[in-house]
Amino acid sequence: MESLGTITGLTLEQLNLAPFLDEVPVGLAVLDGNGRVLLVNRAYKTLVGFGTEDVRGLPCLHALRCRFCLQGCRVLKGIREFEPVTRETDIINIDRQRIPIRLTVAPIHDAEGNPSGYLETVQDMRQITELSSQASRAYSLGGLVGNSPEMEKIFQMLPGIARTDSSVLITGETGTGKDVLAEVIHQNSDRANGPFVKVNCGALPETLLESELFGHTKGAFTGAVEDKPGRFRMAHGGTLFLTEIGDLPIPLQVKLLSFLDDKVIYPLGSTSGFHADVRVICATHRNLREMVKEKRFREDLLFRLNVVRFHLPPLRERGEDIGLLVNHFLSTFNERFHKDIKGFSDRAKRRLALYRFPGNVRELRNIIEYAVNFCREHEIRLSHLPEYLADVEAETAIASPAEAEREASGLPAGDTPSTWEGLEKRMIMDALFRAGGRKGRAAEILGWGRSTLWRKMKTHGLSE
Amino acid sequence: MAEKLLIPLYDNDVAPRFDLATEVCIVNIVRRPDGTSRADEKVVVLPEASADELCQLIIADGMDAVICSAIEEEYHQYLTWKKVAVFDNVLGPVDKVLQRFLEGDLESGSILFPNSND
Repeated sequence: MESLGTITGLTLEQLNLAPFLDEVPVGLAVLDGNGRVLLVNRAYKTLVGFGTEDVRGLPCLHALRCRFCLQGCRVLKGIREFEPVTRETDIINIDRQRIPIRLTVAPIHDAEGNPSGYLETVQDMRQITELSSQASRAYSLGGLVGNSPEMEKIFQMLPGIARTDSSVLITGETGTGKDVLAEVIHQNSDRANGPFVKVNCGALPETLLESELFGHTKGAFTGAVEDKPGRFRMAHGGTLFLTEIGDLPIPLQVKLLSFLDDKVIYPLGSTSGFHADVRVICATHRNLREMVKEKRFREDLLFRLNVVRFHLPPLRERGEDIGLLVNHFLSTFNERFHKDIKGFSDRAKRRLALYRFPGNVRELRNIIEYAVNFCREHEIRLSHLPEYLADVEAETAIASPAEAEREASGLPAGDTPSTWEGLEKRMIMDALFRAGGRKGRAAEILGWGRSTLWRKMKTHGLSE
Repeated sequence: MAEKLLIPLYDNDVAPRFDLATEVCIVNIVRRPDGTSRADEKVVVLPEASADELCQLIIADGMDAVICSAIEEEYHQYLTWKKVAVFDNVLGPVDKVLQRFLEGDLESGSILFPNSND
């Protein structure tokens, strides 16, 4: 297999084909005469998500998972000779993203001109598709939709920031659109033609994460059967998006800091470094300053990442954006599910308005998707909304007497806390106040066990 | 204990795309107390390829698990939300995949084609 990867006669010395192809910024796959994958380059691996060893020997339709493969691909039909075919189509990558691509399939020939396989070229069309659809969308940038002052501020800052090469830290509660914002920054930067590689720092154990991020050399540890480039290297010339950066273990924080200093990565088991031209964008829903205080996050890394910071506000603080987003998602899902839903009934609107959306925009999107799926009429009614929203009015009704009681008791209401931690702390304090300081009664009010209350009080610094 | 499983098909392999599958294999699995199991398979031809229709079929027929190759995040989230176990990015012949599943040894990302590393 290794002998496949050489080029002779082009330069004085023999060239290795794989590193040569890796420098081409478009996805390339070399297929044998039966349409099985022999070799893929780095851009292909970044786009599709599979490594070389994963796809080597696979029928190409199982490796690329492209719409065109299943709708008339000549390689699949066993045709050896044809004019190169170019199609705009799509793939679904290993991260479950549907990516629009331009696919070109061409036969390749040996020195005697006999057909000996195929070359597949895969170009990421996300940016071009995005640009063509952007003009028609008001109050939006990339996938972000909003009209509130907070979002307008982000929209104004974004183009300028995107063009710099500074590290960006995105904070915000879950579901506020941190991933979307990171992708918009990449698409609006000079690196838009380069790869956008996302790594969830909380999804992998420390040992795997190190190899995933920085790569390893063959034989670095048991099971390291081939060189693995690592996500930093895959993002070369583009952007690396580290989501849930707050979950990055301390030893890897040191390694990341070292990369941000000198832009060189050292794969596991390798003594020679690789200069990676990568912009780093990080996101987290955690409070990194608190984590620094608790010695769970390095202060120097926070300073390094916090060059530019975007904070995405929770949906409940975005006022009229909720209506804008409801209409946006309604038209999106109307189109996708071929429905003709005009709007919401008054009761459905009221219920949505009462809900606080702890899952933010993601939750709102899911609610609208659910409603559009289940609605067979031209108006979304209460019965089409997810059942758990039925508790909203009941909760509001219960909450009101509690508010009245608190007012009567003289406990200051204060502002609504903006984070879950703050809200939880407030709930505990309210319950303790109502229970006259008796922890057992407070736990009953909250519906928790005594030990849960004790643990949470300790977390919030309320134990003494 | 009985389990119902759905695998989108392309010839004898797991279909490369969940949303483009026009045939599915529905497997009824009965696990006996002695550790053995019996799997009854039937192939259903769909009127058209559609991820939405396929999701409806999975929910309506009370499937416990889906084994597929490429699936979009929103369908994955929807099925998971509906308490259907989704094994995605599984590549290989259905027989081999099913055997792995029955042995309790299948996981998302398993590549079971001959010559592959798994």
